[in-house]
Amino acid sequence: MVKPRMHLPKSPTGIQGLDEITGGGLPTGRPTLVCGSAGCGKTLLAMEFLVRGATQFNEPGVFMAFEETAKDLTKNVASLGFDLKDLVARNKIVLDFVYLEPSELEESGEYDLEGLFIRLGHAIDSIGAKRVVLDTIESLFSGFPNPLILRAEMRRLFRWLKEKGVTAVITGERGESTLTRQGLEEYVSDCVIVLDHRVDDQVSSRRLRVVKYRGSTHGTNEYPFLIDEDGFSVLPVTSLGLQGAASTVRISTGIPRLDAMLGGAGYYKGSSVLISGTAGTGKTSVAVLFAVAACERGERALFFSFEESPSQIIRNMRSIGIDLEPWVRKGLLQFHSNRPTFAGLEMHVMTISKAVRAFKPQVVLFDPLTSFIIGNNENEVKMMVMRLLDLMKVNKCTTLFTSLILSGGSLDQSQVHIASLIDTWLTLRDIEIGGERNRGAYILKSRGMAHTNQIREFLLTDRGVELRDVYVGPSGVLTGSARLVQEAQEKAVKTVREQEVESRQLELERKRSVLEAQIAALRAEFAVEEVASIKIIGQEHAQEAQLAQERKDMGRSRKADAKSSDKKGRSK
Amino acid sequence: MKNSPGKTAQTKVKAALKKSDTYVLRLYVAGHTPKSIAALSNLKKICEEHLAGRYQLQVVDLLKDPQLARGDQILAIPTLVRSLPLPVRKIIGDLSNTERVLVGLDLLSKI
Repeated sequence: MVKPRMHLPKSPTGIQGLDEITGGGLPTGRPTLVCGSAGCGKTLLAMEFLVRGATQFNEPGVFMAFEETAKDLTKNVASLGFDLKDLVARNKIVLDFVYLEPSELEESGEYDLEGLFIRLGHAIDSIGAKRVVLDTIESLFSGFPNPLILRAEMRRLFRWLKEKGVTAVITGERGESTLTRQGLEEYVSDCVIVLDHRVDDQVSSRRLRVVKYRGSTHGTNEYPFLIDEDGFSVLPVTSLGLQGAASTVRISTGIPRLDAMLGGAGYYKGSSVLISGTAGTGKTSVAVLFAVAACERGERALFFSFEESPSQIIRNMRSIGIDLEPWVRKGLLQFHSNRPTFAGLEMHVMTISKAVRAFKPQVVLFDPLTSFIIGNNENEVKMMVMRLLDLMKVNKCTTLFTSLILSGGSLDQSQVHIASLIDTWLTLRDIEIGGERNRGAYILKSRGMAHTNQIREFLLTDRGVELRDVYVGPSGVLTGSARLVQEAQEKAVKTVREQEVESRQLELERKRSVLEAQIAALRAEFAVEEVASIKIIGQEHAQEAQLAQERKDMGRSRKADAKSSDKKGRSK
Repeated sequence: MKNSPGKTAQTKVKAALKKSDTYVLRLYVAGHTPKSIAALSNLKKICEEHLAGRYQLQVVDLLKDPQLARGDQILAIPTLVRSLPLPVRKIIGDLSNTERVLVGLDLLSKI
């Protein structure tokens, strides 16, 4: 894009994904070999290349069939939505069925395949074809007795096709040790695509690989591909870079307390959320509440269930007071229930991507993701999750996965394969204390937002989900009845203490009263004594005065030496 | 089919049985190539020898009429098609092996 470079001209196939892998399509004006075992979709790939060329890129094409009659072909691809009859009628496509019956053929002397060239040339010229498919040219080898002539003619044919400047697709059956049975790769060496159809654990998956692409870079991996009612689609593992703009909008989890745990606002819009937990910890309920919250905002939620049927989920959610039916009726909530074993992982990705494109949801839920892990395919599941997340990011969906942790399995270990892809990870776990099982919830990680490190008790009630603080005391984390018991005990202890304080206060009060009474008594006693003392003092004074009077009177009566006696008396 | 190709075979002439049949033959060629010319002269010789007076021969040049290749499912050039009597028979090559041509035309059968 920066510098104009000399690129190999390419003819887009119009097949979803294949053009991305090949960097624009098949080499223009050159033959491409598509090989693979029986039933892997060679004919279909070739046919779609032709039909899309005729309909989307205005490049008419010739389909030379060596195995199926034009009628059969038309019928077969009609199921994929290709109307060959119409295309043939509009001179966009020529179907030529080459029929060989070795039993009615006798060989006498030298010959060549000029007839084939003339036929093909005539077909190409009659509609100005730019694309040619030969399916499967190897059938000629069983039709003609002399392989030497055939090989020479093959070489001539591919050279001739190049000279004609048509973009050709040649299909070939996979051989034992070679790419094709007759070694066609010897002649067609510009671009070779191998299709593969394999069955692992009774689940089939189709894969495509570009083995060779002369003069061009190409994706070298094996890419899963699908054939469904819309034809062929290849899924590049990561067709999307990590360039998507991150939203800062937050959306509610549907559980107010969980919002609070996540910095008060819930998940980021467009992020990926993982709810992991052991069996029966309420993963589905958390997922459903998130879906309901989306519906309440007027958004659409798409729920992929891999274990329960829609009616089962609706019934079960009623038991915790959530009625999903109105949302389903309103068309805001849609369920897709499929067993994971129903199809290969790729097929699931494809059906999911189709459902997402059709329903355009804001919220997508997968319950549970772990059903896909069958045997040792964790890596493939990771790839699938990666593709799903890419898909969701493109469609700007917030994605929620639930994931089952096996009891006893280490919480973090078992999720390693997808952990790194997840933005917010909520874990639900069993807490077993005092002979009962309770649910605890905590946030393992949440990228880009403050979140609590506290474990909350997770309660499923008939009014929905509640998150409560757990009791964290000297004897550890307590939940359920243990928490209730502990709380009751604490209450009792508190009451006792309060009573004690009260009685102490009363006692003090009493003591004060006693003291005060004593003080009053003493005061009274003192008062009495004081009065008595004052009285006595008064009497004493009176007595003394009387005595003095009496002495005076005495002296007066004696009339002698009053003064001296007085002095004498004093000196004594 | 009795007339599957074999290297050596005891043969007997069946021509007597087919005296009344008329042979309709078409020879497909592509221009005047040595092979085409050889095939035509070989065929004429064989017909005169074995089918004198009871054959129709048509030579189709596919360079002139390429659309005709489709009808008789022609791939190899030259190809001789016996369209009558039924069943349809095809012989490919320059017809230099007379015995094989006779087998192909059902004029000679192997036992």
